[in-house]
Amino acid sequence: MVRLTINGEARMVQGARDIAGLIAVLELDARKVAVERNLEIVPRSAYGATAIADGDRIEIVHFIGGG
Amino acid sequence: MDGSTQLGEDIWTVAGRTFRSRLIIGTGKYKDYALNAAAAEAAGAEIVTVALRRVNLSDPKQPMLTDFVRPDRFTYLPNTAGCFTGEEAVRTLRLAREAGGWDLVKLEVLSRTAHLYPDMEETLRALKMLVAEGFQVMVYCTDDPVYARKLEDAGAAAIMPAGAPIGSGLGIQNRLNIHFIVEQAKVPVLVDAGVGAAADATAAMELGCDAVLMNTAIAEARDPVRMATAMKHAVIAGREAWLAGRMPRRMYAEASSPMSGLI
Repeated sequence: MVRLTINGEARMVQGARDIAGLIAVLELDARKVAVERNLEIVPRSAYGATAIADGDRIEIVHFIGGG
Repeated sequence: MDGSTQLGEDIWTVAGRTFRSRLIIGTGKYKDYALNAAAAEAAGAEIVTVALRRVNLSDPKQPMLTDFVRPDRFTYLPNTAGCFTGEEAVRTLRLAREAGGWDLVKLEVLSRTAHLYPDMEETLRALKMLVAEGFQVMVYCTDDPVYARKLEDAGAAAIMPAGAPIGSGLGIQNRLNIHFIVEQAKVPVLVDAGVGAAADATAAMELGCDAVLMNTAIAEARDPVRMATAMKHAVIAGREAWLAGRMPRRMYAEASSPMSGLI
């Protein structure tokens, strides 16, 4: 269990040790999002190699309609 | 101004990418993404602007833009809507580059005002930061020819002056400024914002713009798909008229029928 702040909300996450695991637990499609961990971009190729830890601030974003 | 023409094929190029359509459309304000996609098809658009926002974690299965307006079909132009500083713009576009995998972006740093005109001092600062990071930046700006030149000198890939405030639909308020910007620019110039009617899109192209960017004019039409078709034709009409070269303005009449041979 890790205590994260994801998109501004405090969350307890179980069953994920890295960004790839986190995306799977959140039921997101890794091909359609971008991830920032503690203000650093996490390249898609590094999701599996980027561990998550208590206190991490994670942003997960995607494209939406805009002008 | 770019204005490249090759053997009858009228194409334009921004940041090394070549396009046929001179109509870029936004993807905001539509009733739903399906209607948005239909309008994009009807517009013949090859580029669409998109925004970057947090994923809704409480409902990860909600409809996604990418499933309707497909990134393999349209070139996504991520914007910086909602950013008020260069730092915010850089952070947003770094994420957009990771999400989309390309570096062509639209910079817009607005003022916190009712008219939403760009904060040009901060826009220029943000542009320099983005260029230093390797982004190809199409810049939303005021219709100030002096600032337009500064943006170009700082490495803007395209200059995109507002015709009128975002979402106002008032049409081009200062044609002379757009003319000055087109005349001096060596990168593409696009009117971005302010188009309301098809005639406004034509007017932008008749001034020699390389393309037009619009969102609300299509999204808030009673029939957005039909308006998208109208805008496609309006842009083509204006472009063809610009290439054809309009007749001179005269402050007097000149009869079209000969005055000789009258009965």
